Amino acid sequence: MKFSLVSLISGLLFGAGLLLSGMANPAKVLGFLDVTGAWDPSLALVMGGAILVGLFAFSFAKKQTVSVLGFDMKLPKTTAIDKRLIIGSIGFGVGWGLAGFCPGPALVAFGAGETKAIVFVAAMIAGIAAFQVVERKRRTG
Amino acid sequence: MINIDWNSFTPWTALSGGVLIGIAAAILIIFNGRIAGISGILAGLLAPQKKETLWRAAFILGIVATPFIWSSFATLPAIQIDAGYPVLIIAGLLVGIGTAYGSGCTSGHGVCGISRLSLRSIVATISFMLAGFVTVYIVRHLIGA
Repeated sequence: MKFSLVSLISGLLFGAGLLLSGMANPAKVLGFLDVTGAWDPSLALVMGGAILVGLFAFSFAKKQTVSVLGFDMKLPKTTAIDKRLIIGSIGFGVGWGLAGFCPGPALVAFGAGETKAIVFVAAMIAGIAAFQVVERKRRTG
Repeated sequence: MINIDWNSFTPWTALSGGVLIGIAAAILIIFNGRIAGISGILAGLLAPQKKETLWRAAFILGIVATPFIWSSFATLPAIQIDAGYPVLIIAGLLVGIGTAYGSGCTSGHGVCGISRLSLRSIVATISFMLAGFVTVYIVRHLIGA
């Protein structure tokens, strides 16, 4: 119960941060990605602000084996810098640059009832699901 | 040559929104021991694991519900989507497949990973940022020119 309630609060604050920062607005995101045009550097400050807080939180979390509420501390263990990481990230970046949406902002715009965001989220979920089907087939051979 | 669009620059809302995002990620890791990586949380919902479904659903519900709660107190900020439907579908598929293949997005790699000082996440963030810059350059200044 506590576990899900904390997650809900985190999700709400995350969404509010996306709305406040302008990150949930694809036009603004594309203004940031357009470095050779009329560049809007705002979103660099979004990342900066989030990382500023994150640095403290994660340096604390790294020293714990369980969370403050007693749940297991699940920090990623993978450190590999491989083809999957780079090709996947490039693919994501191309999609991000085409629409101005990354997953979080797309979900916020979806929640705002924007039809275009609903279509984007449906395609994004289809993409994740398709990937999982291919991966499962690859593993079971 | 960098040409800053000062009229669109919103440093204070950007910074405070960013801090809010950081607080959200901090709450999730400190209290629940979980990473606020949105693409990973979505992927986890599509391939459910025992005891890892409810918190994920609650987190996503929180994000999706934000505009509704926001609009009961204040005017919702502009959400301007210029891309047409075919582009949105291609972009959505690329974002879905790419984040699944690369194990993360702007939140998981960009915010949480860099905050953990993970070299892997720093490389991922540089990769998707550069890909985003190049894509917008091609769309706006090569094709659009």
